[in-house]
Amino acid sequence: MDSSILFSMRLSLQVATVATAFVIVIGVTAAYLLAQKEFRGKELLDIALTLPLVLPPTVTGYYLIVLFGRNGLIGRSIYEWTGWSIMFTWYAAVLASFVVALPLMVKTTQAAIKSVDKNLINASYTLGHSEFETARKVILPLAKRGIMAGAVLSFARALGEFGATLMLAGDLPGKTDTMPIAIYSLAGGGEWSKANWMVVLLTLMSGIFLYFANRYTKRII
Amino acid sequence: MGLYVKLKKKLDAFRLDIEWEIGNELAVLFGYSGAGKSMTLQMIAGLMTADDGSIRVDSATIFDSSSKVDVPAQRRHMGYVFQDLALFPHMTVSENIAYGDKGTAKGEKPGKIKQMVNLFHLEGLEHKYPAEISGGQKQRVAFARSLIRKPPLLLLDEPFSALDNPLRLEMRQLLKDIRSTFDIPVVLVTHDIIEASTMADRLIIYVNGKVAQTGTPPEVFNNPANEEVQALVDTRSYGVIIGQK
Repeated sequence: MDSSILFSMRLSLQVATVATAFVIVIGVTAAYLLAQKEFRGKELLDIALTLPLVLPPTVTGYYLIVLFGRNGLIGRSIYEWTGWSIMFTWYAAVLASFVVALPLMVKTTQAAIKSVDKNLINASYTLGHSEFETARKVILPLAKRGIMAGAVLSFARALGEFGATLMLAGDLPGKTDTMPIAIYSLAGGGEWSKANWMVVLLTLMSGIFLYFANRYTKRII
Repeated sequence: MGLYVKLKKKLDAFRLDIEWEIGNELAVLFGYSGAGKSMTLQMIAGLMTADDGSIRVDSATIFDSSSKVDVPAQRRHMGYVFQDLALFPHMTVSENIAYGDKGTAKGEKPGKIKQMVNLFHLEGLEHKYPAEISGGQKQRVAFARSLIRKPPLLLLDEPFSALDNPLRLEMRQLLKDIRSTFDIPVVLVTHDIIEASTMADRLIIYVNGKVAQTGTPPEVFNNPANEEVQALVDTRSYGVIIGQK
């Protein structure tokens, strides 16, 4: 197999894995807060976290440039302190995939946490367990299948992320060209045989991950 | 040993406004569904907050709206058995019981769990999950879990309502045994008149969020305070003799 195909495949898996790790930690925390807590701005947080699901990825990417670009609201400070910018690095691809995949994790986990019987949570409290212990020993284990389904869906989504990644990480061969981006430039350059390979590979990889997501989702319904 | 409860709570159109006190006895909160019995229990356990009032267990104040005392449920140390028992489906019988034993040193835990398993006749079921045991066994696990910490008070929210008759009789006996073993006040919520009349040392009759009458079962059944209580304890419709324990 062509080394550039292998590079793109490895990069895609690397980006999706790192993005999913962040998605799990932050997604579960956000889903717990949204499912269990009442606080000011809850609705706003819910909408903000869900927006990337409905916005065109280019718009999400645009927001990320506004925030993390070299002259962005956060990016400028980072650049001034460190001389480093996330733009056009593989970290940018991770950030884009993270933001786009996060809503899938949050929504799936939120539903799973909400479906945990309130009496079980109350029982844990009356037995002297703190909210943190109750979340760790009762709520999250019982919402486990939803969390796993969310993680697999997020991984599959991260693997297929294109629009926001292109805006943020660009299309730098051998640096930021994940499979979807490589396919885009290969097709643009008329390199059909390589593009075919990548399309088949990406479809297969996504199909396998969706198969697992389906299995977990079926079990939690 | 005892429990004093004075609570007010407004929830949508419903108003709860009650006050009662019990000693070391088995008190039955009796009334129609929706009269505020379970709500009272939840407030005693700290699972719901009253708008106004106070709760004292053995002279220790666990809730008092005027002095802003509101001990969280986790630190009230109540024994609480839920209507649906609320056994953790992902834990075995012995893990469920162990979960109720928070604060005990690890070395002492196995001994205490064994003790509860024996006391509640759960031998051989320790490694089974709630879905694998019978209704009566689940009931005993729920009691064991709520009592392993030796709470100062046991609250029971209609725990027998889903059981068939022979099992109910068995559970009532179990509850009497618990009373004599643990020697703590028990508050039992029910809308089953037979349960109320046969189990109670003291009946607390709830009508529309208020206490309509308190007394021993014969006192209440023989001298209902008003027409509402009369209708509630009218035994003719049940076809049983009430007032005999």
